[in-house]
Amino acid sequence: MSELTSQKIPVTVLTGYLGAGKTTLLNRILSENHGKKYAVIVNEFGEIGIDNDLIIGADEEVFEMNNGCVCCTVRGDLVRILEGLMKRKGKFDAIIVETTGLADPAPVAQTFFVDEDVQKNARLDAVVTVADAKWLSDRLKDAPEAKNQIAFADVIVLNKTDLVSKAELAEVEARIRAINPYAKLHRTERCRVALSDVLERGAFDLDRILELEPEFLEVGDDHDHHHDHDHHHHDHDHGHGLKHYHDEDMQSLSLRSDKPLDATKFMPWLQNLVASEGQKILRSKGILAFSDDDDRYVFQGVHMMLEGDHQRAWKEGEPRESRLVFIGRELPEQIIRDGFERCITT
Amino acid sequence: MTQFDPGENSASIASVTDRVRPVRIGAPVIAAHFLGENAAFVGAEENVFLVSGQGEVTPAAVHGGGILCAASDGARLVMGGDDGRLVSLDAKGEVTLLATDAKRRWIDNVALHPDGAFAWSVGKTAFVRSGRGEEKSFDVPSTVGGLAFAPKGLRLAIAHYNGVTLWFPNMVATAEVLEWAGSHLAVTFSPDNKFLVTAMHEPALHGWRLADSRHMRMTGYPGRVRSMSWSAGGKALATSGADTVILWPFGSKDGPMGKEPAMLAPLQARVSAVACHPKQDILAAGYSDGTILMVRIADGAEILVRKNGGAQVAGLAWNSKGTLLAFAAEDGDAGLLEL
Repeated sequence: MSELTSQKIPVTVLTGYLGAGKTTLLNRILSENHGKKYAVIVNEFGEIGIDNDLIIGADEEVFEMNNGCVCCTVRGDLVRILEGLMKRKGKFDAIIVETTGLADPAPVAQTFFVDEDVQKNARLDAVVTVADAKWLSDRLKDAPEAKNQIAFADVIVLNKTDLVSKAELAEVEARIRAINPYAKLHRTERCRVALSDVLERGAFDLDRILELEPEFLEVGDDHDHHHDHDHHHHDHDHGHGLKHYHDEDMQSLSLRSDKPLDATKFMPWLQNLVASEGQKILRSKGILAFSDDDDRYVFQGVHMMLEGDHQRAWKEGEPRESRLVFIGRELPEQIIRDGFERCITT
Repeated sequence: MTQFDPGENSASIASVTDRVRPVRIGAPVIAAHFLGENAAFVGAEENVFLVSGQGEVTPAAVHGGGILCAASDGARLVMGGDDGRLVSLDAKGEVTLLATDAKRRWIDNVALHPDGAFAWSVGKTAFVRSGRGEEKSFDVPSTVGGLAFAPKGLRLAIAHYNGVTLWFPNMVATAEVLEWAGSHLAVTFSPDNKFLVTAMHEPALHGWRLADSRHMRMTGYPGRVRSMSWSAGGKALATSGADTVILWPFGSKDGPMGKEPAMLAPLQARVSAVACHPKQDILAAGYSDGTILMVRIADGAEILVRKNGGAQVAGLAWNSKGTLLAFAAEDGDAGLLEL
């Protein structure tokens, strides 16, 4: 997929709960002087203050596929619009899909896994979620959509940080991290973020799955973070004074092994897992070391859909360690851990 | 060449590639049609290229952006674009603006009626303008995937998510809905008006017998069906989407129910366009590797029109007499073959 990836048009999915600042970010992307042209698929015309004949209004039409898989949904309107946009190939560099505040990002992402024609021309670059620093903590309690958008994100733009105190900011970040410790998090005011931090991320590019470490504390954080890497995301103190939350229904689960995995056991296990628990698993990613295989194997998935490939040879001296990450709702942690253990060669 | 002659030697396929008049369009092409004796190649953006039998190319500016849909009855070519305009082009190259969407929304689908009426769709709304210029509209529950007029009367099939709505624009009666789960895109009536077939978003066709709404599932395609063409007389429906031409039998009152389709002209490439000859039981098939074959429906005998190599075949069309075949690949490499 890699050689072709560069010719495919990157598509960034922009999500965020109502009022978080999606339109502000979109206007920023469109008005900044970057020499690039974006086609934008918006759910409501008129909010964008920029004249651009490549702004297309869409009705979010979520279609079920006739394959008996309940979470296998795609955005029908997106299939149609992307096909139409491809007639104007060469007139734009990238596509941004803005979803409504209540949208689930999964059908958008799944459209790129399911539709052959979409796959041929475009690639999903990243899911960017704009969150409101002042209200997100409340929304995480009462709006499942907001939680979904955080769980699904590759990049989180934590906006309106000027409206909260330092303590409130720490609190909302801890809540985000309880759900999704892997997304890149950027604190902003009025969505002021470097465009390179939200665009061209390659978050769905198998070649760019480099490491799967929690993205804990970033710029501007004055704590020391030498924390235990075997992180289980439960309430526990890391000794750096930051509060940790355990989200009641949305969690991440990480698995690792420094002993190689048996591919003949692992692959069927993973496929079975996503087939049976795929509704609960929003995102999955892994870097795998198989016995008798000198290549790193990488995979990623959205609900029941998986894609994987040999990525490159393990480097000299590089620890051949397998690492998997699941983000989801009410994940059956013990069943997943036990199943994984059985795939480790003895 | 006056008739289909695949030759004696079955080991090497007969070829008419040396009789093709090459045409360079110089822009991506999405479809081929005929306007009178001129071939009309619809560009992906802005222009239609009219090509005379001698191979002379004349562009006609029709849209200020991408061209999303096109339909022709041989006398006019009607197109919708991402500029929110519906335009018509005639054989003389004259362009007429038929409609403009006030909000500049995309015009996704178009269909023509033999009496001069035409239909188009914007989002969830289908519009019909009769030959007398009366305009009516009808909203369906989801975005329109395709439009087709029935061969008799003024009746429009509107394909959408989970089915097809059959609407009589001149009648007060409520529209009839044929239901089937999934997203229905292109739609076509059999020429005898007995069957309705849709190409779905998933790789399958779905059909209904109109007399009793009985379902016909036509599945097994590896890819989405983007091209459908009724054989002369309407006895069979030829389709793209597989590595052979899939031909569903519609000759009997049960249509393809309980029958296997014929599979003609297998290649190591996927069929991307089909066009049945208007008079004889012959069809032209274009493939993803650029190959074009003429195929005799009765026995699957093949004649090579264009060798493989180059871009996927985007469009094939016969003139009304069946004496000229026009073809174009996605990259604008086109040609004409006189029979």
